[in-house]
Amino acid sequence: MNITELTVHELQEKLKNKELTISEITKAYVDRINEKEKDVQAFVTTLTEEATKQSEEIEEKINSGEIKGEFAGIPIGIKDNMCTKGVKTTCSSKMLENFIAPYDATAVKKINEENIINLGKLNMDEFAMGGSTEHSYFHKTYNPWNLNKVPGGSSGGSAAAVAANMVPWALGSDTGGSIRQPASFCGVVGLKPTYGLVSRYGLVAFASSLDQIGPITKDVRDSAMLLNIITGHDEMDTTSANIEKKDYTKALKKDVKGMKIGVPKEFYGEGVQPEVEEKIKAALEEYKKLGAEIVEISLDVAEYSLATYYIIACAEASSNLGRFDGVRYTHRAKDYNGLWDLYKKSRSEAFGDEVKRRIILGTYVLSSGYYDAYYKKAQQVRTLVMNKFNEAFGKCDVIITPTSPTTAFDIGGKLNDPLSMYKADICTVSVNITGLPGISVPCGVDNDGMPIGMQIIGNRFEEEKILNAAYAYEQVEKFRENHKPTFKK
Amino acid sequence: MSREDYEAVIGLEVHAELSTKTKIFCSCANEFGGEPNTNICPVCTAMPGALPVLNEKVVEYAVKAGLATNCSISKDSKNDRKNYFYPDTPKAYQISQYDKPLCENGHVEIETSDGNKKVIRIERIHIEDDAGKLNHDDFGGESLVDLNRAGVPLIETVSKPDMRSAEEAEQYLRKLKSIFEYIEVSDCKMQEGSLRADVNVSVRKKGDPLGTRTEMKNMNSFRSIVRAINYEIERQIDLIEDGRTGRARKLKVG
Repeated sequence: MNITELTVHELQEKLKNKELTISEITKAYVDRINEKEKDVQAFVTTLTEEATKQSEEIEEKINSGEIKGEFAGIPIGIKDNMCTKGVKTTCSSKMLENFIAPYDATAVKKINEENIINLGKLNMDEFAMGGSTEHSYFHKTYNPWNLNKVPGGSSGGSAAAVAANMVPWALGSDTGGSIRQPASFCGVVGLKPTYGLVSRYGLVAFASSLDQIGPITKDVRDSAMLLNIITGHDEMDTTSANIEKKDYTKALKKDVKGMKIGVPKEFYGEGVQPEVEEKIKAALEEYKKLGAEIVEISLDVAEYSLATYYIIACAEASSNLGRFDGVRYTHRAKDYNGLWDLYKKSRSEAFGDEVKRRIILGTYVLSSGYYDAYYKKAQQVRTLVMNKFNEAFGKCDVIITPTSPTTAFDIGGKLNDPLSMYKADICTVSVNITGLPGISVPCGVDNDGMPIGMQIIGNRFEEEKILNAAYAYEQVEKFRENHKPTFKK
Repeated sequence: MSREDYEAVIGLEVHAELSTKTKIFCSCANEFGGEPNTNICPVCTAMPGALPVLNEKVVEYAVKAGLATNCSISKDSKNDRKNYFYPDTPKAYQISQYDKPLCENGHVEIETSDGNKKVIRIERIHIEDDAGKLNHDDFGGESLVDLNRAGVPLIETVSKPDMRSAEEAEQYLRKLKSIFEYIEVSDCKMQEGSLRADVNVSVRKKGDPLGTRTEMKNMNSFRSIVRAINYEIERQIDLIEDGRTGRARKLKVG
């Protein structure tokens, strides 16, 4: 048995049947990290020693009956923008290189309450800005399917670590596609929940009206299980929805009888890699066999969504990143002459180019005289995009598009062309502007063997429907049985 | 032209710290003083990832203040960020209210020296968080930051420029103080800074449009406010008499 290839629900099964112990699981992952991390470089901080110790403690507590819990002893990896008490939270930035949070993010707290073991903090684009994880201050992360390709981003470390079997599952965050796109590039499942379903308390804010934490997993069942753990109303986050907690695994049915699947023609065609379109069209045929009805819909929002997204996200970022000023927990310049020089030097030295670009853009669109022309207008367009989606959900239950127009691109391929990097977000950003849930599931591979992702978008708080659709397709597609990362160079 | 031909136009922005049990966006105690940085948490120190949760009592107290000053209370109100860099403001923005304050269009009545009643209009009352304090004592050339006060709830009461003398300004401020004390929304201890005013003064020839104003910020005693206004009126008249108009300027006190 290859332990690290198992999903979490498979691990649970083996633990229950006493075919495996908690310490064996952790050891297998620690060995795997020691073997693969040098090629993939998914982590900013590894906690292998701590995890080993913790696994022994948890095992003892379970044996003595002190604790129970269906997830006790299961390892996880956490994106490095979620605060973890006592462990560095860097956001992959020089700015927070030595920052140790004095508190746990709510999602992390919920993980800890289940006695899940944190194997480490995962690499990302600096402050979650980017779609390739090349913007990490520390190092790039490499795609396990082809080490010359990017893993996507910004949760590239999370997706790559899951794909490389270095963690069984991971937490990511998604502001414009940062869970779904890397999941798609790395052949794993990534879910961005409805805005407000998962507490953002302790998630270092990039764009507060768009950010959501969500699971990155090997399969859809694990996604539903991790969602079960991290959801729930949180008094520390006023945007956290006060709704009844659900068991999302109940939605995992093998058919989609009567489900209406909307296919927006604007998300296909020009700019979409032919194999991506082909594979998703084939998936739609599968859905028909599973009992779904395919409805062609119009959603001419993609282009406007992208422009709107970059205005709103940058505007919010410019304000949210103000607190990284060299005064308290951040990097501070060594030599400075007075307060303004301290600010200027500390921020100039410690922010990377992409972060600076967005702070400048954001400050510009919020400045007086430009506010109405950009930020206010973007908020108005946002409402129009929401109306379009509301209209669409009058005709269908879920909407299917590619997660990304292409499969993973080469490392360095778009690094010097920010606009083309931004354009790669075209399929995912409208889901963030509207606050809707979206999931990316693997949908075959392209001619070079790189994974393709299919995005299933649902209506507000209808995670069950997209999980159902994703699960039903996964059962017939059998991606994990047919395709494995090769770590080729 | 004689000095009697001029009149002063004065408006006040009055900040009152609310006497709620806890701070505006976290559950830290709302207390004055204490050892530096002992009454703080991830929220009021703006740790990465921390989020504000509005204290209901702050809204209640602000609405009370609005009702007691004849304001209309907005059913639809929101908070806005005022972005600026300063070490006493750990978030790098103040959470205030811009275009939708809680209370609008109120007034209070004062008694002038000749025994007449005068109405001073109130433009708005909004809620916001207080900043921390900087300590510039000699720490080897560095200044130190104390965030105990960061996140203390404030209401800012903005008057219309309806006052015409230092005495009227004083009467108005005394009136506000007595109202806020009576309805128990603020202890209004000026020496502790829980009531302080920004004073806007301009001077014009009677009947002329408004002149150029200056703003004197953070004044925390009646005596200093009266003296500052009288000094500023004389200074501005001198400038006009010299053929120069007053340049807008801001003085930060304290």
